[in-house]
Amino acid sequence: MRSIRTRGGRPIASVIAVAAMVAGLAACSSSGGGDATTNPPGDTPTAADGEAWEGVDDGTTLTLWTRAPMEAQANLLVDAYNASHQNQVQLTIVPNDDYVAKVGAAAGSGDLPDLFAADIVYVPNWTQAGLFTDITDRIASLPFAADINPAHIDAGTYDGVKYVLPFVHDLSVMFWNKDLYREAGLDPEQGPTTLAEFKEQALAIQALGKEGVYGTYFGGNCGGCNVFTWFPMIWASGEDVMNADGTEALLNSDVAQEVFTTWRDLWEAGAVAPGSRDETGATWTGPFQEGNIGVMPYPATLLATADQTIDVGLGGIPGIDGGVSTFIGGDGIGISKDSKVTDQAWNFLAWLMSEDAQVGVLARHGDVGARMDLTDNEFSSADPRVVLVNEIAADPNSKTPFSVNFQQGFNATDAPWLTLFRNAVFGSGDSVEADNAAITAVLGQ
Amino acid sequence: MATTTITPSAAAAPRRRRVSRVRRRAALGWAYASPTGVFVVVFFILPVVLVGQMSVSDWGLFAGNKGINAPDNFTAAFAAAHFWPAIVFTLKYTVVTTVILLGLALALALLVQESNRWKNLLRTAILVPSALGLASASLLFYALYSPQSGPINPWLQSLGVVTEPISFLGTATSALWSTVFLIVWRFAGFYMLLLMVGLQGISGDVYEAARIDGAGRWQTFTRITLPLLRPSLALCTILCITGSLLAFDQFFILTKGGPDNTTITIVQLIYSAAFAGRNNLGLAAALSVIVLAALLLINLVQFRGLRGKDS
Repeated sequence: MRSIRTRGGRPIASVIAVAAMVAGLAACSSSGGGDATTNPPGDTPTAADGEAWEGVDDGTTLTLWTRAPMEAQANLLVDAYNASHQNQVQLTIVPNDDYVAKVGAAAGSGDLPDLFAADIVYVPNWTQAGLFTDITDRIASLPFAADINPAHIDAGTYDGVKYVLPFVHDLSVMFWNKDLYREAGLDPEQGPTTLAEFKEQALAIQALGKEGVYGTYFGGNCGGCNVFTWFPMIWASGEDVMNADGTEALLNSDVAQEVFTTWRDLWEAGAVAPGSRDETGATWTGPFQEGNIGVMPYPATLLATADQTIDVGLGGIPGIDGGVSTFIGGDGIGISKDSKVTDQAWNFLAWLMSEDAQVGVLARHGDVGARMDLTDNEFSSADPRVVLVNEIAADPNSKTPFSVNFQQGFNATDAPWLTLFRNAVFGSGDSVEADNAAITAVLGQ
Repeated sequence: MATTTITPSAAAAPRRRRVSRVRRRAALGWAYASPTGVFVVVFFILPVVLVGQMSVSDWGLFAGNKGINAPDNFTAAFAAAHFWPAIVFTLKYTVVTTVILLGLALALALLVQESNRWKNLLRTAILVPSALGLASASLLFYALYSPQSGPINPWLQSLGVVTEPISFLGTATSALWSTVFLIVWRFAGFYMLLLMVGLQGISGDVYEAARIDGAGRWQTFTRITLPLLRPSLALCTILCITGSLLAFDQFFILTKGGPDNTTITIVQLIYSAAFAGRNNLGLAAALSVIVLAALLLINLVQFRGLRGKDS
């Protein structure tokens, strides 16, 4: 398996040779910059009128892997980068379920691509395994470093070393169906601002007694879904779900128990669509889009899609006594340990953080960017709901959870978190302490 | 006298020729077998050796080989959270599937054998699901069983069979039976075909003789058909048991081991040890070695038992 290492090296070497030739031709016309120290004099590659923090743009071919759920954003970003740069990024989209296995195999044989994205909750595990290159100083060199939403960068920091930048943000917010709210006599412009209001409004929709229409919905057999939608309820209430090291679960707190009880009450009142109990996550956003759900926490990325069929009201996910929070999910991106062209790879990352990418690509297509100073832009201002999502993302209560064993504790199909909330909502409801200890046992390994 | 004397050199010549011919034939044999041999070595022996090495090493998915740590992986495997429940569930699933599948396949084979007019239509109808990949079939049933979009519940409700929607994958029992149903639907045709070939191999003379001796239908079935079908049944049993013990796709797609970890099969356990968070290839390899040993043992017992009366 080790011998495969050379396979990745040779094309890159030849690419560098070609790139050096191209750069040699272009060198006379450009004005310097780039990281010249790594190249022999004479064919110094240069970023076209670039600054030092922008890395090197010399016509190198870069490889980039991401998982299928980020395909749309990744394609837009890569197309925009390739159109405006000499470097060319080759994008590989990997099916979601195969991604960990593919990255693992490549990491073992030293064949990781130059750049690769990772589900932000898995990033601590991957940084600990040493899959990424240290980019602490490069991030610090960015003139707008302080304006980047710190959630992903913090999740990608291990032992004080920064490894990743935000690639695509996926945020959870509260969605409600304005038409159903009007029918139920609720204010369609004002969603729930506390957990109790969420419960009242879901029950009010249920009380309409419409065929096939339910108050709310959740992925009852999907750990990842409820990490995404329930954690913010706890954060907005001022509590945390784990200790700072991510080695101990705190889901037996009074606040957490109140969240579980709220869902349990709704389930027992019949206000949660019965499909919830079996929902493995494949279709958890479906019923709302069909107009059958009153109010539920939902991915903000699907706003445009949901808008096509539903008059969507949008707000932050509330805590017990108010406040808002969101789960800053999505994918972080870093330079792999195997990349031989880190200066060129950094050029892509630096561009990714620029206004061109953040506003010109992400905001233009309705995605939430990573730059907090660019949240108010020409595209977001067209829809006040998008501005609101950006504001929620910058709220101090909004977080990305950090734990090396997050996948095993919360996302895996046999995760103890799944056992905890299923027992708390559908089961006896008195095993939270024991189930929380089971999560701690996994996290603390 | 001189004519009867055979000189040693004259006798040795044909022998040497014969030996060299034998050698050449042997070499030719090896040459014929070598492509297969290469495939066996590259695609079977080497991977098994690699798995063996992994199973005694500290081998993380990302970290790579960190050296021998035997027997830590095996102790961890036996202590793994869902190890014993997974074994119990896999065995239960295997017994249920094998009994139903083979019983039904035999019945179908006899039915198709007997009826003449609908023979071709029946054979085709029963065999068509076998043309579908198992993963595709699982996805199809995932949609059919879905509480959101599945059509089965609305049908049943409109026919008045049920009043409340059935949760096909919602409880441990229903998830098991829903999966068994999928597997039976998918594989009944395949096993029917195997048994049909066996049935056609039984000479008509035997049946005629039995009829002349006054044997009834049931007697013909138990005394003639079943014993003569034994090799085909043995093949089907071994295929079905081995296949069921290694069940993965259908559960991975339909239930993901849920609800509440009640449908985790042993191969799913291996998968989740390697890729779903633990990222521990050493542990996964140790589990694989345990499964391999168990399979060898089970197949050995089956061969013994099924061959028994023939010899």
